[in-house]
Amino acid sequence: MTTTTARPPAAPRPPAPGIRRPSHVVADSITMLNRNLLHMVRYPGLSLFTIVLPVVILLLIVFVFGGTLGAGLPGVDAEGGRAAYLAYVMSGILVITMAGTAGGTATTVSMDMTEGITARFRTMAISRAAVLAGHVLGNTIQAIIAVSLVLGVGVLIGFRPTASPLEWLAVAGLIALIAYAISWLGVAMGINAKSVEVASNLPLILTVLPLLGSGFVPTDSMPAWLQGFAQYQPFTPFIETIRGLLLGTPLGWNPALAVGWCVVIVIIGYVWSTVLYERKSVRS
Amino acid sequence: MNTPAIDVRGLRKSYGSTVVLDGVDLQVAAGSVFALLGPNGAGKTTIVHILSTLLAADGGQAVVAGHDVKRDADGVRAEIGLTGQFSAVDGLLTGEENLLLMARLRHLGAKRSKTRVAELLEQFDLVDAARQPLATYSGGMKRRLDLAMTLVAAPSVIFLDEPTTGLDPRSRRTMWDIVRDLVASGTTVLLTTQQLEEADQLAHRIAVLDGGRIVAAGTPDELKRLVPGGHIRLRFADAAALDSASRLLAGSTRDDTALGLTVPSDGTVGALRTVLDRLDAVGIDVADLSIHTPDLDDVFFALTGQKDLTGSHAPGSNAPGDNAPRLNTRSDRVDTTGTAS
Repeated sequence: MTTTTARPPAAPRPPAPGIRRPSHVVADSITMLNRNLLHMVRYPGLSLFTIVLPVVILLLIVFVFGGTLGAGLPGVDAEGGRAAYLAYVMSGILVITMAGTAGGTATTVSMDMTEGITARFRTMAISRAAVLAGHVLGNTIQAIIAVSLVLGVGVLIGFRPTASPLEWLAVAGLIALIAYAISWLGVAMGINAKSVEVASNLPLILTVLPLLGSGFVPTDSMPAWLQGFAQYQPFTPFIETIRGLLLGTPLGWNPALAVGWCVVIVIIGYVWSTVLYERKSVRS
Repeated sequence: MNTPAIDVRGLRKSYGSTVVLDGVDLQVAAGSVFALLGPNGAGKTTIVHILSTLLAADGGQAVVAGHDVKRDADGVRAEIGLTGQFSAVDGLLTGEENLLLMARLRHLGAKRSKTRVAELLEQFDLVDAARQPLATYSGGMKRRLDLAMTLVAAPSVIFLDEPTTGLDPRSRRTMWDIVRDLVASGTTVLLTTQQLEEADQLAHRIAVLDGGRIVAAGTPDELKRLVPGGHIRLRFADAAALDSASRLLAGSTRDDTALGLTVPSDGTVGALRTVLDRLDAVGIDVADLSIHTPDLDDVFFALTGQKDLTGSHAPGSNAPGDNAPRLNTRSDRVDTTGTAS
């Protein structure tokens, strides 16, 4: 280290007072997205976990419980149990994969909040939305990659979707939308967390919800008091729509419900996280 | 004088019933270093956070680089840089990537970003570590990177919140040199510190903050003149000697438990000799002696109500002259700007 370091900085002066600076929301969001993608590439541990866990659940459920569970599905005979259950459970596993990424999102965001760099961002003329959008978009991309890989494993062990190209496109679109919505919720939960250690606790609720829906067993097999919740909570239309598109099961109102829920979740996540972000990004 | 770079009037902030800032006024001339000196919890960081738009004040006005922090926060943000107490660096990126991130967010453009980043790496002695992950950086390197990130867009006003806390002496000197160079290039610096030496070394003006109020402000020299001057501390072998000595030396303060006596003095050899001669003349033996010359520590202890261990610093026992800066007692509202608030 030398003691004759700094020379006068020769960088340009910021714009003169009074001149309105153009908004850079899009450029800033991309910069923030790049930052988050770089984090994922540098430290793939967290991202890997969001893929490994659903794959383990998938293998466990199909090979250990699948025979028996499948036989209990309506209209399935005893021999076809395992294959039938794989087909049934796949969409639930895909949704649980997306729900699981919220934990990673929350952890990353919470780390950021304690790192002090978030306070630095707030002292710069960057759109608030851009900082959060960087996280949301980064995690949406991560969730889409995770879902694709889990789906790949499903195909490897015998999952055979019957979807047409158009239906595949619809599946991709819906998965992107769900991932986006869940990412907003994950970001809000991350900002809400008091410390990094507890950041992934609240998102666990999201991972449990598919179990309380049509992800693993048909909702009519549940007790009446649970059915009402199971049928209308957001994850059931998500699961039913993906299942319907991939395998041709009846769709009903589910696609509309799924998109509606996504919009609601995005709004909740956006409002919740922007309000919290303003309030909480100063270290006290 | 030109318009001040920072102009704060009547700033207030409370958390619930806890008053953190209780009407703070301060003005920082453009291109100068202003130090906020105060103990933990005095409100230094709160002021910095309000001025850097991280926190909203409950009352009062604050204008930074010509922009009101409340009405034109983005205008302020474009002009300032903050290096806080906690490093605001991205620990998962390399040093170079951190700087590039800042350059992009300041919209410098691809080419200018590159040259500016290279320039800062060079200037802050981080070239060798540029492509290393931050986990390999020392505390001093992280702090330098932190400051380099603050300087990417050459802000006109910089806030340094305890910039050298936790640094080793050499890194601290480096940081001081960087600050001096920044000021030489016309940047305004507001820094907070608990280290009196730091304020003495760097600042053109110092404000002493205690309990959310500015209790004194002025140049380092003016502040030193505010407190009781130096003193000689004598210790005696027995209470009888202490008794006679305290009768003999008018204006001295006695400490019966330690058998000590504090005699105001300017610390010169002549003054010391006079005291010893007078004691000698009546045959009093001095067991131990120490000389204390005034420094900013005295100011700090006297003004922030934190008595040092000798308990000998009573504020106001040496009333400041007319041209000295105002010394404000705790019950008196402070005005350091020279204008009515």
